[in-house]
Amino acid sequence: MQTKTESETKVTETAEANGRVVVSGHELMRRYGEGDTAVDALKGVSLDVERGKLTAVMGPSGSGKSTLMHILAALDRPTAGYVTIAGTRLGKLNDNEVTKLRREHIGFVFQFFNLLPMLTAEENILLPLSIAGEKPDEAEFQTLLDQVGLADRRKHRPSELSGGQQQRVAIARALVSRPTVVFADEPTGNLDSRTGGEILELLRQAVESQGQTTVMVTHEARAAAIADRVLFLADGEIVSELGHASEHDILETLEQLRR
Amino acid sequence: MIRVALRGLAGRKFRAVLTAVAIVLGVAMISGTLVLTDTIDRAFTRIFVESYAGTDAVVRAKSPDLSFEGESVAAAPVAEEVLEQVRQVPSVDAAVGNLFEDSAVKILDNKGEPIVKNAPTFGFGLDVSVARFNPLELKDGRWPVSDREVVIDSGTAEDEGFAVGDRVSVATLQPVRDFELVGIAQYGGVESLGGATFAVFDVPTAQQLLDREGKLDAISVAAVGSTSPEELVRDLERALPENVQVQTGVEQAEEDSDEIGFFVTFIRYFLLTFGAIALFVGAFVIFNTLSITVAQRTRELATLRTLGASRRQVLGSVLLEALVIGAIASVIGLFAGLALASGLNALFKALELELPTTGLVFAPRTVIVALVVGIVVTVLAGLIPAFRATRVPPISAVREGATFPPSRFARFWPYVAALMVALAVALLGYSLFADDLGTSERLLSIAVGVLALFVGVALVSPKLVRPIASIVGWPARRIGGAAGRLAQGNSVRNPGRTAATAAALMIGIALVTFVAVLGAGLRDSNRDAIESQIRADLILTSEDGYSEFVAGASDAAKTAAPARVVTEVRESAARVADSTQNVSGIDPGLITSGYAFDWKEGSDAVLGQLGTNGAIVAENFADDKGLTVGESFTLESPAGKKKQLTVKAIADPPPFYPLLGAVTIPKQTFDSVFEAKRNRFVFVDVNGSPEAAKSALETAVKKYPDARVQTRAEWIDKEDKEFQQFLSMLYVLLALSVIVSIFGIVNTLVLSVFERTREVGMLRAVGMTRRQVRRMIRHESIITALIGAALGLPLGIFLAGLITQALGEFDVQFKLPVDQLLIFAAAAILVGIAAAVLPARRAARLNVLQALQYE
Repeated sequence: MQTKTESETKVTETAEANGRVVVSGHELMRRYGEGDTAVDALKGVSLDVERGKLTAVMGPSGSGKSTLMHILAALDRPTAGYVTIAGTRLGKLNDNEVTKLRREHIGFVFQFFNLLPMLTAEENILLPLSIAGEKPDEAEFQTLLDQVGLADRRKHRPSELSGGQQQRVAIARALVSRPTVVFADEPTGNLDSRTGGEILELLRQAVESQGQTTVMVTHEARAAAIADRVLFLADGEIVSELGHASEHDILETLEQLRR
Repeated sequence: MIRVALRGLAGRKFRAVLTAVAIVLGVAMISGTLVLTDTIDRAFTRIFVESYAGTDAVVRAKSPDLSFEGESVAAAPVAEEVLEQVRQVPSVDAAVGNLFEDSAVKILDNKGEPIVKNAPTFGFGLDVSVARFNPLELKDGRWPVSDREVVIDSGTAEDEGFAVGDRVSVATLQPVRDFELVGIAQYGGVESLGGATFAVFDVPTAQQLLDREGKLDAISVAAVGSTSPEELVRDLERALPENVQVQTGVEQAEEDSDEIGFFVTFIRYFLLTFGAIALFVGAFVIFNTLSITVAQRTRELATLRTLGASRRQVLGSVLLEALVIGAIASVIGLFAGLALASGLNALFKALELELPTTGLVFAPRTVIVALVVGIVVTVLAGLIPAFRATRVPPISAVREGATFPPSRFARFWPYVAALMVALAVALLGYSLFADDLGTSERLLSIAVGVLALFVGVALVSPKLVRPIASIVGWPARRIGGAAGRLAQGNSVRNPGRTAATAAALMIGIALVTFVAVLGAGLRDSNRDAIESQIRADLILTSEDGYSEFVAGASDAAKTAAPARVVTEVRESAARVADSTQNVSGIDPGLITSGYAFDWKEGSDAVLGQLGTNGAIVAENFADDKGLTVGESFTLESPAGKKKQLTVKAIADPPPFYPLLGAVTIPKQTFDSVFEAKRNRFVFVDVNGSPEAAKSALETAVKKYPDARVQTRAEWIDKEDKEFQQFLSMLYVLLALSVIVSIFGIVNTLVLSVFERTREVGMLRAVGMTRRQVRRMIRHESIITALIGAALGLPLGIFLAGLITQALGEFDVQFKLPVDQLLIFAAAAILVGIAAAVLPARRAARLNVLQALQYE
């Protein structure tokens, strides 16, 4: 189940051709260190991320879930295997090409927000466009601000915003370039549960209303419960998978895996 | 605790090295200066010790105590008969008479041009019959024995490729002549005489060539076996006439070294000043670097506090870090100074200001001074950051993004800064304009005032960073895109840090600007002074422009066909009304064709009524001595001849560059009082264009190669060029402090990049290319450098304006050399670009993933 058979690989390729799959990983291995001290964080993981779906990756710490996300998001390179994003195979790209690809196709939401303190909320949100040398469409930008609920916070700096508001800025920043896929790394990890809930709602809403493909790494069952599909990692392998599942079912699966 | 500090330092080796560089350069300059000047000092000492090594006593003419603008005036010669009288004294074993001349004798190079390098050109008439008196060692050949033979110094022989047997032309007070080179010599133990040259003749030849028939400059005497030098001096004094002075060889050597020692001391302090400036800039860099590292280690320091470290221990650990950096930097700087000493010597050589040297002298004093100064400056610069570190509360250990608690005095800082600036300006004003200050107190209080002003402006500058950055950041925003806009944002995030970094560069730029602005004003003043005084079409001066030269040249000039009026201006120093002044001798009937008097009292008509004891005095001299028209005063020549003179008129020459001395008398009177009949200028009026007449005059004075024929414009240009050369040397020396400040910017950027690692990771993640990252850092660096320029340029202009005001009595003008100031601003941009190279590369190379996970 974790490893695709040859026929499955073919299916994947057809799916990609159809445009149903936007990101896929093939036999991803990631080894840290060398010799006796080498650690395999990923031991051959293959997966497809479908367009317009929210995929959650769960697992205990050390399971390889972050490594998997970093590799899928072109922040890290696999030791073996390869990643395809929007039909482009990453392996052969140089740093510049990867950067351009991230610009065009990938949005990020980080656990610690990672906003620039000297920029206003608006400037932070527009940063990816600014870096790419593009001009924002004012109407679209207004819609985005409304969507994340920051219309009255445009000129505030991060230090004047609450944690939840900062993460809203970060989500808007991830969405502003209309990326093929948004990667969210523990987006609620640094927030209280009520604010975390609002952020999850926001992410879900982007999937529903705009068909925003999203991959979220989390260790919270409550967060994974908003996903269309939940992958469970343990010891560098995908050990289980659920479709859209309730918090209860997810906790149960985690419990089983722990045994 | 000590181990924690040292381990921490070891863990931040790269930063420690960058920090140390700031001190290394300043210490290197100090140790280099000491090594170089000690070396020069020893070379001179060797020369003098050698000169009098075998001499128990020296007999010379008694001279009035004359010294003029640091240059001593050569004593008059004594009559040859004195030598005979000396030889009659029973306690005298041997005695010889020699001649010394330090400017008139010039060796000609292969192209027929005199070899002059801003250093004395000695001519000796040596009696080598008694070997013990001879200061020189032959390297090749033999001593001259006829009026056709000469010996020259080994340095000149080497440079010009002269060998024993060659014909060498030598200019003297007689028309230039060829001599056979029969030997090559040098002072024992001296490697190089620097720019100086010497030519040795036998005594009769030298007497003839130097216009000293029947005369000797000095008599070297050796005592018989048991007589001590002191007894010999007593015996000689009893036997010799009143007008000679007798000293022991040791006393004479000391007297000679003292004169030159003053000069070496001046060079030492001159160069040390630049070392001190570099160290001062280095202190800013150290202060800033330690402040940043302390801020970045907030959590670490807080953790130490939770583990029981006392404030005193925290203070100690930061100071220990400064101490270790200072010690390492000082040791490296000390040895780098050895290399720098050679570099400085090369700089002097390039500017033809070379001085005698021997093997490098590495005195224990150099080691002590360099180490103490380097370490003390570093530790002092670390004091404020260290005290700041003690304010970190233990709670910061557990708080995310803990920041520094502000000081209790923080709110007073702007007032302190403003007060500091005000006090500095007041001190500068006082030291420049107060009348009752001695030169050294004045210089010291100016130095303190300038330093205080720099510190004051640096303290104020955090408030200025934001507005200045928004102006100088404009190009970055325009051409740098998102990277440029982020760069400006980054540059104002921590105004204090940016301000301190920019302040280090500000100092260098302010000083360079000061030199440029003051220099431009001085050049203009010089030009105006010359133009307002000179009427002549052509001017003859010596090769260097300021020495007196052979009178024969003016007679030769008269033979040139286009010459209409040729008028000489003699010059010598003398005691006048109890002060040492320059005295000029003129042709009263002809002078106005070449020189324009600006009369205060009197008119050109007075020139015809001077008689033999009439004098024209300069206004400032007259005011000083309370002299008015009709009063008389006494003039005493270096040889002790006295003359009573009467003031006939008062002239008001441009105080910046009066071409005539304080006292001007007719040539006949001058020649009756002074031994040396040499000219400072010869003014020539010609028929036809000066340019056309120039070559005819050059041909006419060809036999006197020391005389240089120039048009008025050429003369001004030459002076301009020499002055420009001097300014260039100042720029080179100031460059050192600019280099230190470059390292300051590098340091700050590296630390900032390090601090913003996660941000860089995020920017890379959301699509910033490596090139954009580099551009962002580069623009931040340029903005910082331009802030330094924006502070430094006005500050330098202000200081130059202040000095110009203070020099008002010398008519110094104020002029802004706009083109040069623009070049300095452009140089600041280059500084920014250069400083960014390394930090930008480090930032661009950051692994995105590791950067994102960085805490």
